[in-house]
Amino acid sequence: MTHVSERTARRASLGRHVLPYAMLSPAVLVTLAIVFFPMIQTAWMSLHDYVLFRPNDFTWVGLDNFKAALSDEVFWISLKHTIIWMCTTIPAQLLLGLATALLLNQEFPWRPVARALIIIPWALPSVVIALMWVWIYDSNYGIANELLLRMGLIQQAIPWLADPDTALASIILTLTWQGFPFFAVMILAGLQSIPQSYYEAASIDGASAWRQFWHITLPGISGVMMTAVLLRMIWVANSFDVIFVMTGGGPGYSTHTLPLYAFIKARTNLDFGYGSAIAVLFTMLLMVVVLFYLRRTGKAVE
Amino acid sequence: MALHKPTKLKRILTVDLPMLAILAFTLGPYLWMFLTSISRQETLFTEGPSLLNATIENYTRLFRTVGFADNLLDSLIVAVGTVVVGLSLSITAAYSFSRFNFKGKRILMLQFLLINMFPLVLLILPLFVLMRVLGLLDTHLALIIANSTVAIPFSIWMMVSYINGIPRSLDEAAMTDGCTRLQALRRVVLPLCLPGIIATGIYIFITSWNEYLYALTLGGREVRTITVAVQTLIGEYEVQWGLLTAGGIVGAMPATVLFLLVQKRLISGLTQGAVKG
Repeated sequence: MTHVSERTARRASLGRHVLPYAMLSPAVLVTLAIVFFPMIQTAWMSLHDYVLFRPNDFTWVGLDNFKAALSDEVFWISLKHTIIWMCTTIPAQLLLGLATALLLNQEFPWRPVARALIIIPWALPSVVIALMWVWIYDSNYGIANELLLRMGLIQQAIPWLADPDTALASIILTLTWQGFPFFAVMILAGLQSIPQSYYEAASIDGASAWRQFWHITLPGISGVMMTAVLLRMIWVANSFDVIFVMTGGGPGYSTHTLPLYAFIKARTNLDFGYGSAIAVLFTMLLMVVVLFYLRRTGKAVE
Repeated sequence: MALHKPTKLKRILTVDLPMLAILAFTLGPYLWMFLTSISRQETLFTEGPSLLNATIENYTRLFRTVGFADNLLDSLIVAVGTVVVGLSLSITAAYSFSRFNFKGKRILMLQFLLINMFPLVLLILPLFVLMRVLGLLDTHLALIIANSTVAIPFSIWMMVSYINGIPRSLDEAAMTDGCTRLQALRRVVLPLCLPGIIATGIYIFITSWNEYLYALTLGGREVRTITVAVQTLIGEYEVQWGLLTAGGIVGAMPATVLFLLVQKRLISGLTQGAVKG
């Protein structure tokens, strides 16, 4: 009897040690194969002269691709656009999302309907988003021009996406539209986790609505906002598909961003070596920003 | 601001009206697209889109001449495949993360978080080269694999938060009654988090359905998903906005409907981790 229980105990302990890894291994192995291995391959390709239509040509060039990128004018233009793009899209999404969340947190009869509908842009395929905004911005028949003309804000129709001066701004508006529901939903969840009693105590002490917002609401949702901004930074960095469909990076280079430039280099020029180098550079820049952000927000939260 | 009940008029001015404005901004483009899609091609540019003399001719043309049905089928295969791969690999992994303490747990969890941090452009080039070598270009499998790079870490993240919500005492009770770990997982934990599994599956379905860049790069003549088809429409039927917007509506329909169905559960799962910090 004791012998048997000892054996089952030993087996159980062995199971306790092996089982967690056994249950994890399929997921880990697959991600190693389809995520980490390809990533290393990108780094490897970036160190080679690799153009796809010359299949046998895979020569080691060291850091030449990176040097070429740093002296490539288009690289710097794309970098500038990337900075503008991320530094305007994310704050705009955050502010609009915050306003929406504060409204949705109030009580009004049709709140459930509003909450369900606000998410629609988030669920749409980026291609469809691009399509409908191209139609809205259409220079001849688009509704954007029509509305602005009727209100007398502009004198003649503007070709929003074909004009280098307005193309990037137009795309930023589209991306803001696409992404702000995400912030609204996240921040709303944060708002609802703040205990009602805080507000009751504050208003007994005579704190104004603005002071309550500043001292209770904002600290209460700061954690959620920081997480949301972090997730969104990465998402926005990935969302070049909207740009690709709307303008393809044009007119000229006026809507080129780094991920888009890397993609175009590889896709149209089949220059996988150079494209990989730009992708690696972009990833490193993004990582630096993310790490810096994490350190700053980590301190702020403490 | 929560204590004193505002008067009805004040509420309408400060809450209802701003909310309506934001909703108009949110839904306007979509409704405009819908309105365009039910307008006649001939009158679209002269009279503009309108609800009067609505027509479904754009939709019938879409399926008859453009062959949208095949694209829908391709998208369906890829999306369902990704759901199966993503869920089956992540359930045991999530259970392991949720219930056990073991060496390397932090690192492994971090690894799955980190995957989401890398920009997609870093993966798309090597995956293309890889699929070319394996001869998988222009197959459903290639797209399922590519979509799984996002689906697996995402569903692990979601499943961990759902399984954490189920008390450990339940699986322990099942094991005292003679179940093994895996039986406890299958008979007790899985049924309880079924709603969560369904929500996660639907979210994976939506993201795979909506995915465009992988579909463009790894697909081709044989396998052309709906998103690529819509984009090709833009090139081919440049000014036929009735047809184009009809394509957009059809392409967006499954994802929109599914999203509205599960949004409540999905959002609670998504935000749980973030709110708890």
